[in-house]
Amino acid sequence: MGKKDNKLFQTLKHLKYGERINKGWTEESPRPRDSEDIYRKRWQHDKIVRSTHGVNCTGSCSWKVYVKDGIITSETQQTDYPSTGDDFPEYEPRGCPRGASFSWYTYSPIRVKHPYMRGDLYELWKAEREQGFDPVEAWENIAGDPKKRAQYVGARGKGGFVRATWQETCEIIASATIYTIKKYGPDRVAGFSPIPAMSMVSYAAGSRFLSLIGGNILSFYDWYADLPPASPQVWGEQTDVPESADWYNAKYFIIWGTNLPQTRTPDAHFMVEARYNGTKVVGVSPDYAEYEKFADLWLPARAGTDGALAMAMTHVILKEFYVEKETPYFIDYAKRFTDLPFLVTLNETEDDCRSDRFLRSTDVDDNHNQGDWKTLVWDVSTNQLEAPNGSQGFRWDEGSNWNLELKKEDGSLIDPLLSFIEIADETAMVSFPDFAVKNGGSVKRGIPVKHIQDKNGNTIKATTVYDLMMAHTGVNRGLAGDYPIDYHDPKAYTPAWQESITGVNKNHVIQVAREFADNAARTKGKSMIAMGGGTNHWYHSDQIYRCILNLVLLTGSQGVNGGGWAHYVGQEKVRPLEGWQQVAFANDWLKPQRLQNGTSFFYFATDQFRYEAKVNQEQSSWGGKYNNMHPADVNALAARLGWLPSFPQFSQNSLDLVKESRGRGANNHQEVIDDVVSQIKEEKLEWAIENPDDPRNFPRVFFNWRSNLLGDSGKGHEYFAKHLIGAEDQILADTDNSWQPKTVKTDEEAPTGKVDLLVSVDFRMTSSGLFSDIVLPAATWYEKFDISSTDMHPFVHPFNAAISPPWQAKSDWDTFREISKVFSELAQTHLPKTEDLMMTPLGHDSVGEIAQAHGKIKDWRKGEVEAIPGKTMPNFQIVTRDYPNVYQQMTTIGPEIKKGYGGKGVMIPGEKVYEELSSRLGVSKRDGIGKGNPDLYSDIKAIDAILLMSGATNGKRAVAGWKSLEKKTGQKLADIAKGREEEDVTLQDLTIQPRHAISTPVWSGLEKGNRRYSPFTVNTEYNIPWRTLTGRQSFYLDHEMMLDFGEGLPLYLPPLSHGPFLKNEKEVENNGKSITVRYLTPHQKWGIHTMFTDTTNMSTLFRGWQTVWMNEEDGASIGIKDNDWIEVYNRNGVIAARVVLTYRIPKGMAYMYHAQDRTLGVPATAINKKRGGTHNSVTRISLKPTHMIGGYSQLSYGFNYYGPTGHQRDTIAVIRGLKEVDWLED
Amino acid sequence: MRIKAQVAMVMHLDKCIGCHTCSVTCKNTWTNRPGTEYMWFNNVETRPGTGYPKSWENRDRYKGGWELKNGKLRLKAGGPVSKLANIFYNPDMANMDDYYEPWTYDYEHLINSPKSENIPVARPKSRITGKYIDKPEWGPNWDDDLAGGSEVVPLDPNVQKLQEHISMEYEKTFMMYLPRICEHCLNPSCVASCPSGALYKRDEDGIVLVDQDACRGWRFCMSGCPYHKVYYNWNTHKAEKCNFCYPRTEAGLPTICSETCVGRIRYIGVVLYDADKVKDAASVEDAQDLYESQLSCFLDPFDPQVIKEARKAGITDAWIEGAQNSPVYKMAIKWKIALPLHPEYRTLPMVWYVPPLSPIMNHITNENELSTDGYIPAVDQMRIPMEYLASLLTAGDTEVIRKVLLKLTAMRVHMRGKTVGGIDEFRASRLLNEADTNPEEIEEMARLLGVAKYNERFVIPTGRREMDDDLYYKQGACSLEEIAPPEGIVFRKGD
Repeated sequence: MGKKDNKLFQTLKHLKYGERINKGWTEESPRPRDSEDIYRKRWQHDKIVRSTHGVNCTGSCSWKVYVKDGIITSETQQTDYPSTGDDFPEYEPRGCPRGASFSWYTYSPIRVKHPYMRGDLYELWKAEREQGFDPVEAWENIAGDPKKRAQYVGARGKGGFVRATWQETCEIIASATIYTIKKYGPDRVAGFSPIPAMSMVSYAAGSRFLSLIGGNILSFYDWYADLPPASPQVWGEQTDVPESADWYNAKYFIIWGTNLPQTRTPDAHFMVEARYNGTKVVGVSPDYAEYEKFADLWLPARAGTDGALAMAMTHVILKEFYVEKETPYFIDYAKRFTDLPFLVTLNETEDDCRSDRFLRSTDVDDNHNQGDWKTLVWDVSTNQLEAPNGSQGFRWDEGSNWNLELKKEDGSLIDPLLSFIEIADETAMVSFPDFAVKNGGSVKRGIPVKHIQDKNGNTIKATTVYDLMMAHTGVNRGLAGDYPIDYHDPKAYTPAWQESITGVNKNHVIQVAREFADNAARTKGKSMIAMGGGTNHWYHSDQIYRCILNLVLLTGSQGVNGGGWAHYVGQEKVRPLEGWQQVAFANDWLKPQRLQNGTSFFYFATDQFRYEAKVNQEQSSWGGKYNNMHPADVNALAARLGWLPSFPQFSQNSLDLVKESRGRGANNHQEVIDDVVSQIKEEKLEWAIENPDDPRNFPRVFFNWRSNLLGDSGKGHEYFAKHLIGAEDQILADTDNSWQPKTVKTDEEAPTGKVDLLVSVDFRMTSSGLFSDIVLPAATWYEKFDISSTDMHPFVHPFNAAISPPWQAKSDWDTFREISKVFSELAQTHLPKTEDLMMTPLGHDSVGEIAQAHGKIKDWRKGEVEAIPGKTMPNFQIVTRDYPNVYQQMTTIGPEIKKGYGGKGVMIPGEKVYEELSSRLGVSKRDGIGKGNPDLYSDIKAIDAILLMSGATNGKRAVAGWKSLEKKTGQKLADIAKGREEEDVTLQDLTIQPRHAISTPVWSGLEKGNRRYSPFTVNTEYNIPWRTLTGRQSFYLDHEMMLDFGEGLPLYLPPLSHGPFLKNEKEVENNGKSITVRYLTPHQKWGIHTMFTDTTNMSTLFRGWQTVWMNEEDGASIGIKDNDWIEVYNRNGVIAARVVLTYRIPKGMAYMYHAQDRTLGVPATAINKKRGGTHNSVTRISLKPTHMIGGYSQLSYGFNYYGPTGHQRDTIAVIRGLKEVDWLED
Repeated sequence: MRIKAQVAMVMHLDKCIGCHTCSVTCKNTWTNRPGTEYMWFNNVETRPGTGYPKSWENRDRYKGGWELKNGKLRLKAGGPVSKLANIFYNPDMANMDDYYEPWTYDYEHLINSPKSENIPVARPKSRITGKYIDKPEWGPNWDDDLAGGSEVVPLDPNVQKLQEHISMEYEKTFMMYLPRICEHCLNPSCVASCPSGALYKRDEDGIVLVDQDACRGWRFCMSGCPYHKVYYNWNTHKAEKCNFCYPRTEAGLPTICSETCVGRIRYIGVVLYDADKVKDAASVEDAQDLYESQLSCFLDPFDPQVIKEARKAGITDAWIEGAQNSPVYKMAIKWKIALPLHPEYRTLPMVWYVPPLSPIMNHITNENELSTDGYIPAVDQMRIPMEYLASLLTAGDTEVIRKVLLKLTAMRVHMRGKTVGGIDEFRASRLLNEADTNPEEIEEMARLLGVAKYNERFVIPTGRREMDDDLYYKQGACSLEEIAPPEGIVFRKGD
C-alpha cells in the first residue's frame, strides 16, 4: 500500500519480524504488501456501459459491461432499479450465470467475424458474374438450373465456407429475393426471427423489410409451444401475467411445471423471500426439480398428468367452497367475472343429451344490435333472462356499453343466477366425456334445466355453465346420475381417481386444494400458480392449462395482486407495443402484412404432415367429425374459411393475379377482389396449402436472424434437414405407413431441399449457420443499440454499444438496411412498382371476430354457405408494392401514421405524433419519396420512434389510449395514466436509469402508484371486459369443433403416447439392451436455448455437451454407467449423447435438456454412421385441430396469439448404449 | 484485549438457487486466464455431493486444517519437520483428477472446416495437453443437481459418515447448494502451512492473501487449507486464492460474488473480535464446542468498553458503526442463525451459513401426521436430515441445527399470521416458545432475510487509507508514481 521502496529494501523487510500476540500464536508483521496492487489493477476499467442480452429468457436484465483498455472484459448486473417500495424486495441484481458469460463471445473463436458463403455457391456466382450477367440474371441462371442448384444445395451443412464481402452477399440476397418475387410471388420469401421483446429493433429490421416487400413473417410464440392456447381461449388475451415481484404478494404459491430457480433465475428470489413473509409454497413436478428445494410439499405428478391433478383439486374446491359451504367472495367473483352464470343450450338426440352452445339474445328476440353475440344470464331478482353488458356483441354494436357492469338499461342491477338447482323445470341426464379411460368413454349425470321459450315459441332447454361444471367434475348435489360418492370413489374427477393417473397421494391433493382455496378466501385471492414449459409444451397444453386455471378462477384469484396464473415461457411481452408494431411491420407505409403462423408453415414446408400418426383416438368415441380428419386437411379447411393465415396463398403468383384481373377488365380494387373470389369459387385458383410440395409453393428465400432455428427450435429437426434444406438427415420413418391427408396433395415423392437460399445473421456459428448458404456477421449485444422488455418486470432496458462492431460485424438494423438498399437498386430495372393481392384471416380484435355466428362450421366449398370475403372466407385486399423505393421506406417513417394507429382495438390519434417524430428524430435529407419524413436511418432513431409512439413509455400516448377505450366502454379510464402524462422517455433516459412503465390499455394490469403488475386488474377494478364471447373469463367454449372434440369444458386428456415406431415401420435392429422412455426437453440450466451453452464456462460448469438425463435404475437395466455414450432414437431421428444418471428423476423418462445444439462434441450414431442430431431430432410436430378455429370471438387468429402449437413433449424414444465413438473425421 | 475488525460474510443457504452466477462473475474477473483455468475462487456445490475438488472434506486423505494433539493445536499435516521431508513431493495434495482436467472445444473448426462428407463438429480438447479428448471425465461441478446419483453421492464424506440415514431413492430425494469461497479464517491453517511466509491475514479487515512477491510455489497452502481454497497457478508457479475482492471492499463495494448473487443470499459486514482469544478458542477439547468458543471471540460493538478499546486500536468510528449495523453480526452473533462451515477444522472460518429448510418427506400422508402451524410444516418432517446439516455446520451437533430451523420456521409462521390472520394463535403457540425468539426479533429477521435491501445486505465501510503515508501526494500521483517520484526529478538510465 505504501510508496514503492527500492527492491533491496523490500527484500530486507521480509526478514523483519513483527510483534507477537494471541499468546505468541500470531505475528503482526510489518512486511510490505505491494503485490496487492496486482489485483487492484484488474479491477480498474475505462468505462461501464449499460446493456442487456437479447435472448429469449424472459430476463431482460440490465447489466454493467466493463471496458478496460478498450476491450470488453466482463459484466455484472446493474443494481440501480427504481425501488419497489420500503417493505418490498428489490429487482437488483437481475441477471444469471448465463448472462454473466456473454462477454466470452466478443472475441471468441466461435465468432462470425466476416460474411461467409458456401464455397460451391460462391464459385457458381463468381462464374456467372464474370460472364457478365447482372446479379438478378446470375441468380436466375443458378437457381433455375437444376444441376447448378443441386451442387450448392447438396453441400449444405458440410463445411466449406469462404469469406465474401458485404456487397457480394447483399447482391445475392437481393437478387434471389427479386427473382423469387417475380417468378413465384413475394409470399415465397420468408423470414424467421423470434421474440421481438428481447431486441425489438433488431427484430423490426428484418420484419420491416419483409413487410415492405410482401414476404412472410413467421410467428414463433405458438411455434415454440410457449403460447398457452388456453390464454386466448379463457381470456381472449395472448398472455398476460404478473411481474415477478408480485409473487411476493402471494400467500399461497403453487409452482407447477416451471423451474423458477433454473429458468427464471433473476426472479426466483421473490418466491424464496415471500416464504419469509409467510407464503406457503407447493411444488408439482415429475422429478425432484430445483424448485422443490423451496417447496413445503412436493407433489410428484407423473409427466403430462397435471390436468388430472388439477381436475381433482377443482372437484375439492367446488365441493367444499361452493356446495358444502358457500364462500361469499368466490360466489360474487364467479358472478361478475366468469361465464359460470351464462346459459347454455342442451342438444338432445334420440339416445344422447349434450351441452351445446351459449344462448344468445337472438334466440329469444330480435331487439338487440349484434344479438347473435350477446349471451344471456338468468336474473335472480326478476326471474327472467338478461343480456348483461360486456359480451362480444357490445364491443361491435357501436354503443358504449362494452363493460362489466351488471346493470340494465334502466339502471337496475342484474343478479345472475349461478345454478338452476332450486328452480329447475327438470333434471336432464347429460353426457360428459371421460378421456382418461382407454379409447375414451362418457358418463351421464343429472343437471338442473330451465325451459326457455324462444322467439318462435319453441322450448329450449338451457342450463348454466356452473351447473355443467358441477356435473362434469362429479360434484354430487343430490342429482341423479353416475356421480362419485366421495373423495375416495375412483370416478372422474375425485382425488382418488387422480391418484392412479398422477401417482400423487390423494390426501395431499385434498390438503393442497383446500389450503389453496381457504387462503384465497382469507386473502381475497392471493393464491397464485406459477406454470410453464413443463405443463405447457404438450399437445393438450390448452386442456392442461384450463384445468389448472379452474383453480385460480374458482377462488377469485385472477385479476388480484398476489393471485392468479403466472405463466412464463418465452419473452413475449413487448411493452412499447403500439409504437413497435408500426416500425416493425411498416404500418407507417402500408398494411396488411403476411403474418403467417409458424407451426402450420413448418408443418408443410418440412413435410412433417406426411409422417403423421393418428391421434385423438380416445376422443373419437365422443365426436368424430373433425377429430378423425388429418390435421393437414383441417389446416386447409382453416385456410379457406379464413381461420388461419396461409402463405403462400395460391399456387399462382399474387402479383400476377392482380395483373391478370386487371387484364380481364377489373377497374378497381373491389373488382379485382370480386374477380379473384369468383376464380376461387370456380376452382381456377389452387390453394397453395393444398399442394405444398409443388415447386411453385416452396419457400424459396429464407431469412433466419436472431434465431438458431436448426440447432434449437426446429421441432422435427431431421425433417427440416431433409425437406426444407436438402442436407443429410437421419429420418427412420417412412411415409407409406403414415397417415396421409385427403385434400392436401401427396401424389409425388416428398421433395428435398425446397429452399433456394438460406441466409443466417448471427455473431456465432451455430447449426443454423452451418446449414446456411450465407452467414452474415452480426454485432453482439454489447456492440449495438436496441431495447428489450419482458413480463417479468416493469422496465424497458436499453442495449448500448460498449464498443463499435468489430471486424465486419453490423447491427441487424444496418444489415437489413444495406440489403434493402441493394434490393431497391436492382428493383429499378427488375421489379417496378406493382399491385399485390393480399389474403388475410379473420382477425381477433377486428370485426372478423364476429364473422361466424354460433361457432357452427360452414364450408363454402361444399355449398354450405356463400363464399363471402371477410365473413365465410379470408379477407382480400390490394396492396401497392413500391419495390424500387423499399430503401426509402425502410429508412423513413411513412405518412400513414398520421391517420392514427394502435393495437388490441385501442386507437391513438397520429397527427401530433408525426410532428413529434419529425422533431425528435429529425427528417430525412436523402433524395426520394422519404425526403422530409421523420428519419429512421439508424437503430437509435428506431428506438426513440418506438418509445415516443407507445403508451408504456410516453404518457401522452397512454392517456390517448385510455381515452379511446373510454368511448367503447363508457367507463372513466384516462385517470389511470393522467398523473404520468408528461413523461416522455428516450433511449438516453433509459440508459441513465431504468424507468417504470406507464399503464396502457394494451395491457391489462395496473402500474399506477408503484403497484406491482398483475394481469386483469384493469378488468376487475375498472369493469373492462375480457376480449371473449361473454366478456368474462371462460370455462366453457362452445365452438362446434371444440364440442366435437369433447373439450367444451376443461378436462384431463392423457399425453400422446404412440410408440417410437408406427405399425409396420422398419425398426432399428437391436441386439443390445435398450429402453423405451418418455422423452422430455425441459429448459436447461447452462444456456438459454443454445445461447451461452457453447461458452467454456457454461460447458465446464456441467459436463460439456450433449447430455441426456435418466434414472439410474433404467440406466443399469441397459448396462450403461454415468457419463457413458448413448444413442437416443425413434422414427424421427437419432441423437448421440452422453448419459447422466441420477435418482432425482423417476424411471421411465429421460430429460434431454433443451437446446445444447449439435456443434460441440457430438460423434456419429451407430445406426446411420452419421453425425448425431439435436434434441429435436427425435421430435415431430402434430397439429391440434382445435387450435385452428377462427372467425369466432376469442378463437380468432392473431399473430402469435392463436394457432396450433409446435409442442414436443409427447415424444417416446428408445435409448441404448453407443459402444464406439466415431468423430467422422474425413 | 486486542481488538481487530474483520469484513465477514454470511450465506443464507435457504435462499441459494444454485445458479452459479457468483462463480461465473468471479471467474470472469479473477481467474479467466492461462494458468488459472481450473481455479474457481468461488464455486457452488450440490449436496449431497462430492464438492470441488472431489471429496475435499476427506481429511484423512488431504490432512488439511488443525487438530488437537495432546491438548495442543497443530497442523493436521504435521509441523515444519514433516514439511521439509515432503517439500518436493507433498502426498496430501489434491491432484488434477481431484480437481479436473480443464477442457475446451475446437470452435474454429465450425467456421474453418473445409468441405467434407459430414457435418462439422467442434471436438473437445484438453486445455492442459491441447490434445483431443473423447469426452470430459470430471469437472468442477460434475454432480450438479445430483448428476451421477448413487455413483457420485457416496463420495460425499458427510454422507459416508451417516450412511444409514441417507437413502438415495427418488421418493426420498433431497438436495441443497453450498456456495464456497475462502473462509478468511481467524486461525488460518494455510498461513501456518506456508514455508515462505507468503500468506497473511490483513490486519485492517482480516482478508487472507497470498503475497505474490513472496510465494515460492511450495503449495503446502493447497493441502493445508482444509477447504481447498488456495490454488496453484501453473503459469506463474505461485499460489492464488479468493481475495474477498479487496479492490472492491476497500472502496466500500461488496465482493463480486455477493453483488452479483441473484438469490441475494450473501451478506457482508464488519465483525469485531479479540485477536488474543483466537488460540484458546481454536483449542477447546470437544469439536462441538468450537462454535460457541468462536462466538466468544466476537465483541459487542455496542459495549462502551469495546468501543473505547477499538478506538484505541485505531479502528475508526465509521468501522465501529459498521460493526453495529453489520448483517453478519446480526445473523451470526445476535440471532445465531448463521453457522460456521466445518468448525471441527479449528480454523475459525469467517464465512457463515444459514442452514436451509426443505419440503416435508412425502411418506407423511395422513392428515394427523401433517402437523403444520398455520400451513407451515414442522421442522422435524423436513427432508434434509438434520444430521447431514450438522455434519457440515456444527461438527455433528443436531441441536444447534434444530434451533436455527425452528427460528426460521417461527419467522414464517409469524409473518403468515401477520399477513393472513391467526397471529394470536401463534403468539400463544408452542412453536414461538420452542424457537426461543420473539416477534420483535422475528420481524427484524424477516426484513433482513426477506426484504433484504442492498444497503442492509452489505454494510461495508471503505478501506482505511488514511493509515497510508502521504495521501496528499497520492491524490494527484496515484497510478503515475513511476513518472512522479515524490523525491522530485525522474532519473532515467543514461540520463
